Amino acid sequence: MARPVQEVNAGSMADIAFLLLIFFLVTTTIDTDKGISIKLPPMPEENQPKNDIRIKERNVLQVLVNANDMLLVDGQPSDIKELKRLAKDFIDNPSKNPELSESPQKAIISLKNDRGTSYNIYIQVHNELKAAYNELRDARARMLYGRGMDQLPESRQNEIKDYYRQVISEAEPEG
Amino acid sequence: MKLKKKEKPTPAISTASLPDIVFMLLFFFMVTTVMRETDLKVKVVVPQATEIQKLEKKSLVSYIHIGVPTESFRAQFGTAPRIQLNDAFATPSMIAEFIDKERAARSEQEVPLLTTSIKADREVKMGIVTDVKQELRKANALKLNYSSSLRTEVY
Repeated sequence: MARPVQEVNAGSMADIAFLLLIFFLVTTTIDTDKGISIKLPPMPEENQPKNDIRIKERNVLQVLVNANDMLLVDGQPSDIKELKRLAKDFIDNPSKNPELSESPQKAIISLKNDRGTSYNIYIQVHNELKAAYNELRDARARMLYGRGMDQLPESRQNEIKDYYRQVISEAEPEG
Repeated sequence: MKLKKKEKPTPAISTASLPDIVFMLLFFFMVTTVMRETDLKVKVVVPQATEIQKLEKKSLVSYIHIGVPTESFRAQFGTAPRIQLNDAFATPSMIAEFIDKERAARSEQEVPLLTTSIKADREVKMGIVTDVKQELRKANALKLNYSSSLRTEVY
């Protein structure tokens, strides 16, 4: 006697699929790559004479980081928390201090670290310097156009980026 | 004649197509999930920063990992920070070759857009990172990104 074919109950299929779906949703790490972008200077050519471009002392902000992660900014012991303020003062020089840069375009930040400096503090220094430039650019965008940098068209953004040109020169490693 | 509303039983919404929809979503996630290509042999906790930018094209990024070998490799490789390229430990002198390989795998137009992302542990010292930077400069791979995670508090 032929038995009627029993139908498989598919009602719980959705539950199983949901379970799998949630598993994948949870385990998927959307691995976004974020970080601080810089451009390395090209390697100097070997037969190239050392070009000693004279830059006025006042236009250079010396940032030194030693092996104990201590900062020296223009000869003064400093702290990472102070660096952004110092950099902004140096770049913009609103009080026309003769010790600080002549104009934002001439400002150069020179960065030097030891082999024993921790990577973390190095990134923090880069971050603070970048933050100083970003804040100055944003302030200028608001002053000129009444809008933040991210809301300006690209041509205007470039104009402001040219005004506050980020020049961070890293010392050649010794040895 | 009196109009009388008849109480009709509302038909239940058919949920028969629900599994199909869910399966479709499931397949979408399964397909788009990118499994990590390389096994990390070094422990990397990237530093935190506030001024971070997204790397636009993942296919144009080559990674250099720097960190202390994970526990299973410590007996063999010690606890000093090491460089990992692709799947193997490397020395700084192998970076030039690595960059050449990465370039060869891309089309000519894409080569100038190649970015190197340094994923270094926040605990490592700058010495090893400087070596990597110098090698990258020698290989003329100048676009560099220091991988960092977002920090919300600002100094």
